[in-house]
Amino acid sequence: MKHTLLSAAFAAALVTGFAAPALATDYMIMAPAAPGGGWDSTARSMQEVLQTEGISPSVQVQNVPGAGGTVGLAQFASTSAGDPSQLIVGGYVMVGAILNNDSPVSLADVTPIARLTGEAVAIAVSAASPIQNINELVDMMKADPGSVSWAGGSAGGVDHITVGLLAKAAGVDPTKINYVAFSGGGEALAAILGNQVTVGISGVGEFLPQVEAGTMRILAVSTADKWVGTDAPTLIESGYDVNVQNWRMVAAAPGLSAEQKAAVSADIDKMVQSAGWKSMLETKGWADTYLAGADFDAQLAKDVESTTTILKEIGLVK
Amino acid sequence: MTTFDFLMQGLVVAMSPMILMYALIGVTLGTAVGVLPGIGPALTVALLLPVTYGLDPAGSLIMFAGIYYGGMYGGSTTSILLNTPGESASIVTALEGNKMARAGRGGPALATAAIGSFVAGLIATLALAFLAPYVVKLALIFGPREYFALMMLAFVTVSAAFGDSAMKGLTSLFVGLALGLVGIDQLTGQTRLAFDVPELRDGIEITTLAVALFAIGEALFVASQGNVIADTIQAVKGSVWMTRADWARSWKPWLRGTVIGFPIGAMPAGGAEIGTFLSYAAEKRLSKHPEEFGHGAIEGVAGPEAANNASAAGTLVPLLTLGLPTSATAAILLAGFQQFGLQPGPLLFATSPQLVWGLIASLLVANIMLLVLNLPMIRLWVKLLMIPKPWLYAGILVFATLGTIGINPSPVELAMLLIFGVMGFLMRLYGYPIAPAVVGLILGPMAEQHLRRALAISQGDWTTLLASPISAVILLVATLALVVPMLMRMRGKGQLLSQMASDED
Repeated sequence: MKHTLLSAAFAAALVTGFAAPALATDYMIMAPAAPGGGWDSTARSMQEVLQTEGISPSVQVQNVPGAGGTVGLAQFASTSAGDPSQLIVGGYVMVGAILNNDSPVSLADVTPIARLTGEAVAIAVSAASPIQNINELVDMMKADPGSVSWAGGSAGGVDHITVGLLAKAAGVDPTKINYVAFSGGGEALAAILGNQVTVGISGVGEFLPQVEAGTMRILAVSTADKWVGTDAPTLIESGYDVNVQNWRMVAAAPGLSAEQKAAVSADIDKMVQSAGWKSMLETKGWADTYLAGADFDAQLAKDVESTTTILKEIGLVK
Repeated sequence: MTTFDFLMQGLVVAMSPMILMYALIGVTLGTAVGVLPGIGPALTVALLLPVTYGLDPAGSLIMFAGIYYGGMYGGSTTSILLNTPGESASIVTALEGNKMARAGRGGPALATAAIGSFVAGLIATLALAFLAPYVVKLALIFGPREYFALMMLAFVTVSAAFGDSAMKGLTSLFVGLALGLVGIDQLTGQTRLAFDVPELRDGIEITTLAVALFAIGEALFVASQGNVIADTIQAVKGSVWMTRADWARSWKPWLRGTVIGFPIGAMPAGGAEIGTFLSYAAEKRLSKHPEEFGHGAIEGVAGPEAANNASAAGTLVPLLTLGLPTSATAAILLAGFQQFGLQPGPLLFATSPQLVWGLIASLLVANIMLLVLNLPMIRLWVKLLMIPKPWLYAGILVFATLGTIGINPSPVELAMLLIFGVMGFLMRLYGYPIAPAVVGLILGPMAEQHLRRALAISQGDWTTLLASPISAVILLVATLALVVPMLMRMRGKGQLLSQMASDED
């Protein structure tokens, strides 16, 4: 409650001086995570840009943390139906969490609007590791999958999925991979730097400062193209057909009319094209992987399908 | 330039009037949110982030750091006066602190917490300035198996430190361990004991359990007793300030708490609570007045409070040297750094020394400000205890409920608060200690995960736990702490032990 009051006060302070367009919508964005994480900062960045660019007179952010976003998603789907002012932030992690947790609510129960940002997943070792490139690592996995311990984020998350896809592409049994889940990038990073595990896997942004300081080496990145800031090869270049991007998106309420959906999409499009959003991406170090409309729907369907397949193959989802 | 020059330069930055004002705003806000259960420093900093876009980096980071330290301190006030821990690191403070407050010694309890926090904050911040690069190397040696050994040590020492009946203490501990199993298992992503309630998937919030068991349980207990014990609480007996004896009994626990709290805070998977548990257990063992523990021993407030503030500074070690956030608040501080285009990490000390030293210097300033702000407030705070009991407990109920649902507005959270509140009432009624339940909830999942990670890395080989010298030594100490008292008791020397304990006076 205190939260809402505070945000309202901040919002009021920020919009003073902006003449709001007559039909602009007041938005309420749900961040289905605790304050401070990626989804929360995405929601708060949207709040900032939507207001300062005059797209919306007042935007509030609400945090509903829990279970990879599925707690917030369930609440959003049941309380927002037909309300075009309600938005929710989400991402690839949610796709896995919905399957893993056997969540009764899925992304089909909301109206996905657009993919906003994305990040490559990177495979890295500490500088002291004898492993020099991705092929050596894969050879070790082929010889004895259990001997390669992977430190990464939560089980069934994007890091785990990427390891599964790599194993599959390399012809290694995905059920045999030795994936050690840590509660967050930070703890996993400590385990990699402390040489507790063979190799680490996390968002490329977590590793870049370490690479710069010479304490870690990136062996490969998971996206189709090379990632800015590292000359590490992509998995595809290295001969493994894996293309994963940890994306974040925004979705609207279920049960919107075509006009309502178009209006929300137009506002989001205006936000993404604005100078404010571009500078926000730069400060946060996020890559613009904006994708909307039918293209996004198709990509989302593809991601859901490949995630379902690999989680079944790893043995996490029955 | 040497470290010392950098620090002096940082102090000059921190002493400018604007920066001092930011620090003041930070510690005031921090104390306020620390007092409210549930709404912690992490949420506050997250809410303030967007407002600080326009401010200069140094000023806003200093404000955030002030909130962090202030929150750590504020949590102890409600623990001591109202038996309502504001955050998980001040749970232990409630054990002895609230007993002291009920005996009319709320003033000295608050004072030893404030001065202990100051002393620990001061030493730990200086340690952060001068030892950070070395401490972080040590912290990285700790992998899953070493953490598991550390958890075992905490379990053994802590369960020995609680209550008179081992059976009741263990029962309570196992209740906590069972509650710790609820939610998504981190290593496999499978849901355990959630009964299809989505809110349970994330497990049971520690502050919800602590507030329910301590505050709600107590309010129900007081209500059930009618007016029978209405007059046993004296707001102030003797001086509001610490006596000479209080000082004499406090200074060693402050220092020991700092030594325990700082390195554990610096470990990427340590956490402030463990330091407070270990400090409490250590003080109970070393105290010349062990019989006072459980009835308001000042050492039991001084040590854990110092440990909790020292670990707050410890948390900044991996954040500033490795870019590793190891607590929720540290994660938000990291977001704050990134907002200003600064990437904390191995190069931060080299690339932005002014800012780092400015931050460290302002932590010192914030620390002094906290003391100045809070010592005079003690007189006011203890007046809380003079509020007629029905009002006070009604207030605690409202306050605890608001705080809990404030952070997580869901009916399930509220139901949990009430159910655990009734459980706390029953436990109190039948003489079961409540702290072990909270300890079980905190340590259980951590111990389990670290053990399973260690075994995953070794591919199921249990000897890995003893293969590392550090974990072998810690496990040995834990075993000795468990077995030696048992052996002595079995050989009929139990009486001798208690004899020895009482002879020490």
